[in-house]
Amino acid sequence: MQAPERRRPQPWLIRVTHWLNVPLLLIMAASGLQILVAYPMLGPQGRPYGWYPFQGIPPPEWMRLGNWLAGARHWHFAFAWFLMLNGVAYVLYLALSGEWRRRLFLPRRDTRNALDTLAFYLRVRKHAPAQGLYNGLQRLAYTGTLALGLLAVLSGLVLYKPVQLGALTSLLGGYDAARAIHLVILVLLALFTVGHIVLVLLHPRSLAEMVTGGRKPDA
Amino acid sequence: MPRHLLTRRTTLLGATALTASACDSSRPREGFLGVMERFNARAQAVLFDERRLAPELPPEETTPPGKFPEYFVSDTVPLAPAGWALRVGGLVARPGVLTLDALQRLPRTDLRIRHHCVEGWSAVASWHGVRLSELARHVGADTRAGYVELRSFDAGYYSSWDRPSAFHPQTILAYGMNGQPLTPGHGAPLRLYSGVKLGYKMVKYLTEVNFLPEPTGGYWEDRGYEWFAGV
Repeated sequence: MQAPERRRPQPWLIRVTHWLNVPLLLIMAASGLQILVAYPMLGPQGRPYGWYPFQGIPPPEWMRLGNWLAGARHWHFAFAWFLMLNGVAYVLYLALSGEWRRRLFLPRRDTRNALDTLAFYLRVRKHAPAQGLYNGLQRLAYTGTLALGLLAVLSGLVLYKPVQLGALTSLLGGYDAARAIHLVILVLLALFTVGHIVLVLLHPRSLAEMVTGGRKPDA
Repeated sequence: MPRHLLTRRTTLLGATALTASACDSSRPREGFLGVMERFNARAQAVLFDERRLAPELPPEETTPPGKFPEYFVSDTVPLAPAGWALRVGGLVARPGVLTLDALQRLPRTDLRIRHHCVEGWSAVASWHGVRLSELARHVGADTRAGYVELRSFDAGYYSSWDRPSAFHPQTILAYGMNGQPLTPGHGAPLRLYSGVKLGYKMVKYLTEVNFLPEPTGGYWEDRGYEWFAGV
């Protein structure tokens, strides 16, 4: 197997799992919002949580999928499997191919670069620090979405089986806390996606590479 | 156009069209979503452990009076007909009717556990009554009865359960809530209560319990909600 540095910027499995995320995440988000409409509060019955600013406000209809609660639950629980399989395929590939070395954030290696990149973006620093395929800030963001994905699955499992997975329910702070975590993750992933799309528009070549795979680096 | 591109595009378009036609939210029990529901039901049954209990909660966790929602499908609160008694039938050695007094003479179980509604809210109350497994023993239910059907006087509301969930130690026929007799809003005189299913499976206003070899549907299940609905 080739060393990651000698490979195309975007190997085929990375591209396939990346693009599969688009329909899968859209289906999960839209059916999830339809599920939320049935009870758009995060506190238990009788005790609303004060910190949630949209308490009782249902999400707009154009964002929702599944017509009603039963339909949305069927979509959500059907496609959750495919989103999880896609995530597992991606993580396994990262681990087995060695791609994790140029994609994941390793604190000792990347913290300095992330801070320098941030300083460059904030115009505190004149030049961007040297980087490989990704800079430290990108590695931090991409690793962060993986962590969010894992937490989305865990909090989702708590909402699906709070009793059978009782230990996990306690770990996440209970059923209602898991609902809050599950929704906050959706908001964070949506914010990541907005930033992701803005940066892709600023660097269109990365979009082309995510479609074609890009060129192998010269030896 | 290179041939492999054409093939790939055709495959993608075909897959999209197939997904669109096979996923109909108004008929979620059919097509692809129906296949996935049956898969999920099996996965939930495998995950279910009859020895695993919902946690008992302290009294201070109890949902404030009046905040525990009251649900029924009739236009007004269903009231028990005069001379109400529970009819027990199906594959049992001693079919018949049990009055509330007779049910209250059977061993009593108390539990204070969290209620999980399909809508996403949860609430806590204490419930007391007799275990469904105790009733099954009392009437001599057959081991071939793999399912239990519960019927009510609430506009035809009913549901059916798999035997492991129905015989779970925290599945009871409840005649009391928070130390008081059940009120009409919560299913008086007798309702099902359980720690292992979503709320819509817990039939209120009970009239009949039938031990059956095959599952029947359910009021909400027939309208599209999942049948297994375990928590």
